[in-house]
Amino acid sequence: MTSTTDGHLAADLDERRAGTSTPRFVAGKVGGALASLVLVVVLGFLLFRMIPGDPVATMTRDRPTSPEQLALLRERLGVDKPMWQQFLDYFGGLFQGDLGTSYMYSRPVADMIGERLGPTLLLVGTATVLAVLLGMWLGIRAAWKRDSAFDRVQTGVALTLWSVPQFWLGLLLLIATQGLFPSRGMRSPDVPEGFVAQSLDVAWHLTLPCVTLLAVIYAQYMLVMRSSLLEEMGSEYLTTARAKGLRDDLVRRRHAVPNALLPAVTLVFLQFGMVVSGTITVEAVFSWPGLGLLTYEALRGPDLPLLQGVFLVLAGSVIVMNLLAELLYRVLDPRVRAS
Amino acid sequence: MTSPAWQRRRTAAGQLWREFRTNRGGLIGLGVLVAIVVLAVLAPLITDEGGLDVITATGSPLEPPSGEYWLGTDVDGRSVLLLTFWGARVSLLVGFAATILSVFIGTLVGIVAAHFRGWPSAVLLRITDFFLVLPSLVLAIALSSVLTKGIWTIVLAVGVTSWPATARLVRAQTLTIESRPYIERATALGGGHGHIIGKHVLPAVLPLVLANTTLVVGSSIIAESTLSFLGLGDPTVVSWGSMLQTALSSGSVTAGAWWYLLPPGLAIVVIVLSFTLVGRALETVLNPRLKAGR
Repeated sequence: MTSTTDGHLAADLDERRAGTSTPRFVAGKVGGALASLVLVVVLGFLLFRMIPGDPVATMTRDRPTSPEQLALLRERLGVDKPMWQQFLDYFGGLFQGDLGTSYMYSRPVADMIGERLGPTLLLVGTATVLAVLLGMWLGIRAAWKRDSAFDRVQTGVALTLWSVPQFWLGLLLLIATQGLFPSRGMRSPDVPEGFVAQSLDVAWHLTLPCVTLLAVIYAQYMLVMRSSLLEEMGSEYLTTARAKGLRDDLVRRRHAVPNALLPAVTLVFLQFGMVVSGTITVEAVFSWPGLGLLTYEALRGPDLPLLQGVFLVLAGSVIVMNLLAELLYRVLDPRVRAS
Repeated sequence: MTSPAWQRRRTAAGQLWREFRTNRGGLIGLGVLVAIVVLAVLAPLITDEGGLDVITATGSPLEPPSGEYWLGTDVDGRSVLLLTFWGARVSLLVGFAATILSVFIGTLVGIVAAHFRGWPSAVLLRITDFFLVLPSLVLAIALSSVLTKGIWTIVLAVGVTSWPATARLVRAQTLTIESRPYIERATALGGGHGHIIGKHVLPAVLPLVLANTTLVVGSSIIAESTLSFLGLGDPTVVSWGSMLQTALSSGSVTAGAWWYLLPPGLAIVVIVLSFTLVGRALETVLNPRLKAGR
């Protein structure tokens, strides 16, 4: 996943050299993202409607059904029409916020996703903010004291966490903190009414999933912040700052770090795809009622319309986040702004 | 195979090995990997496969580690040590097979996108970027949920979703190599696409692909365990991911059966970390910029 970032930074550099004007740059990026979104929609249709074959046959596998019932079911699900017609219906439905109807729950997929969006945003948001803060802080320390014991231990820990499957880390935390934190869900049933009590209860439930997600994503921020600061450290303006008689601490805080922040800031958006993957397993472990758990539940069926809906939302949001990263990079980098 | 080119390559390989040996992390990783692979291959010879069968299991459910069962037993009374041992076979098989598929697609797309000009290569590049952005796990989940469950479905799902990074890398390297004068000379002497790619580009790109491959195996093994953990693996085969899934779904984790949880997880960490160490060591040896810079 490091190469994902590298690839994008390299692409950004190419564009910088080309010196395209801002409106053209934005239009190009937005157009590219729109094309990607259409591709995601097509891919979703291909994966969940064309490859699996007849959903009615799968659904009625264990029950005796008459041909009339089968035909009725096919008509209700809209799978009796030719493929191209199905695709047009599905594509048109998307514009009206219609993601189809779940096989398992017989409810609109869009409603089910809407209900689960909040918890996922809470989990992902909290973990990302904490990961950015922790990762940058550790990365700055590690780079400033390069090759020290602290640096080597930090890089080692980051590498090890990189090799750890997220769900296993979650399971370990569950077993290590036996009973200290709730093992599943987002709320306890017996908590009194009132904002404070409710929030505390949610925070208590949030601790373990959040720590698990944090442990896996902070390492990227740390490594990027470290290497980015290392690149700045040979710069002459730092020698100048020191020659002025600035304390080491001030040289770092006022001069080196602001210049090294850029890659880490855009990483927040670029890394979103990895965070999304992480939430699926973490939510499955802790039964956190978000999109990840919804995916996990949909896999039991498999509930194809539901899976398709979650796939569209997750993939779509990753594309939007990447677009934001590319646009933000242009806004933040003064070298690009000036041209 | 005694042509000057091959002699030169053999000397280069010897040089590579000498440099690799100076990297302690890489050497440790390589040692661990060789040991694991040998043990996994020999599993049917040194252990009794019958112990994997739920019906003939001899222990009682969830026994803690003892003299008889060194790592305790699982919910069905099978030895956790034996399960972990056999799980290595699935993880390695899927890891290697998915990597071969992924690296093959990635190298092919990368070289074609760099070597040929015009719209086909632009389209290829666009597709690569599209898949690079999409989270591969989400795509792999989607693929393995609609196909028949089984080891080869997992291989396919992991393999066809993890190639874009390799493609990007190979494309960049191919572009660098093709800008060199000796390629121009080969073209001037009448070398066709096949000759240039096969004789010049491929040998120059392969070392880098090799370093990348070792890193891909690690992430493939993690992807395999994640998919199995989500219940998408082959239900008839024991893998580390499926062991962890049973541990959670049977309530063994909440019951505090740490001996059921630690072995498969640690095995994944050790094997992936070893691949990462070897990959990083290879990268350092092969990339002159890293060597001089640090």
